[in-house]
Amino acid sequence: MSRTITRHPGLNLGPAHDDDATDVREELVFGFWVFMMSDLIIFGMLFATYVTMLGATAGGPTPHDVLDIRPAFTETMLLLASSFTFGMASLALKYRQGRRHLVGWLLVTLVLGLAFVGHELHEFVSMFHAGYVPSRSGYLSSFFSLVPLHGLHVTFASLWLIAILFQIAVYGIDSQVKNGLLRLAILWHFLDIVWIGIFSLVYLGGAA
Amino acid sequence: MSYRQLSQEERQELGREQRSYLWGLGLSLLLTLLPFGLAAFTDMAHLTLWWIIGACALVQIVVHLRFFLHITLARNKREDLQLILFTVLILTLLCGGTLWILFDLYQRMMPNMMP
Repeated sequence: MSRTITRHPGLNLGPAHDDDATDVREELVFGFWVFMMSDLIIFGMLFATYVTMLGATAGGPTPHDVLDIRPAFTETMLLLASSFTFGMASLALKYRQGRRHLVGWLLVTLVLGLAFVGHELHEFVSMFHAGYVPSRSGYLSSFFSLVPLHGLHVTFASLWLIAILFQIAVYGIDSQVKNGLLRLAILWHFLDIVWIGIFSLVYLGGAA
Repeated sequence: MSYRQLSQEERQELGREQRSYLWGLGLSLLLTLLPFGLAAFTDMAHLTLWWIIGACALVQIVVHLRFFLHITLARNKREDLQLILFTVLILTLLCGGTLWILFDLYQRMMPNMMP
């Protein structure tokens, strides 16, 4: 098929969007993917730090005391669902299924993302109330540098999504908005991949 | 963006891509529910459980890359794949080195730091 001459990851918009600057888009998205990979290194190192700090409980709470897989399960489901709905939004953009379709899926994604952040914040607050604060031990410091950093990423991705929704409202679905959505899609799916590492290594590995 | 009537071919492609996302969702659900279920409802030996959790996580990462980020083995996507593989190589060196050195240190000098 000749239409799949594409270089960048994520969704490629295809021939229906050839009117826009396709070459520029390729470069932008590939560059963003390189940036994502540098972010992956940061998360990878924080995972390694977390593992080396597993024993550094300083007589305080152990991973088994701190971690509860029930909130983690809810958060996992919310984020996975949001990844899927973002995929549906990308398809709505690619096949020009109309603005209502696109904005609808984006709003569902936004609600799921914000629900994830809210749920995680609630979990952290209850941990703080139990005395599990970052300054308690090396273990808790490493936990609170890894997991909330991911939450912060999701928060900023949600803010970016809100900004794009405003752009759509003001300017319509122009080339800038398309570029933004393609990059945000990569960020969003990437954050879901990092979360797989977090729920497997931190929550399931620690609570098991 | 105005609504646009899709041609027959485009409609088929849309259906194919939607099915691909659904496959990604289904496989991810399976690979999430399995380790969570095993961790919550069974008491297996820890080591077996950790191996299963790790394997499910790795497969799910590949599923996400394939179905959500569209990273495939196709020739025209090799650049992305090479970028990912190179990053993973660097990450393996960094993480592997960190774990090796620190746990060796713990074993020799700080046995109470071993988890």
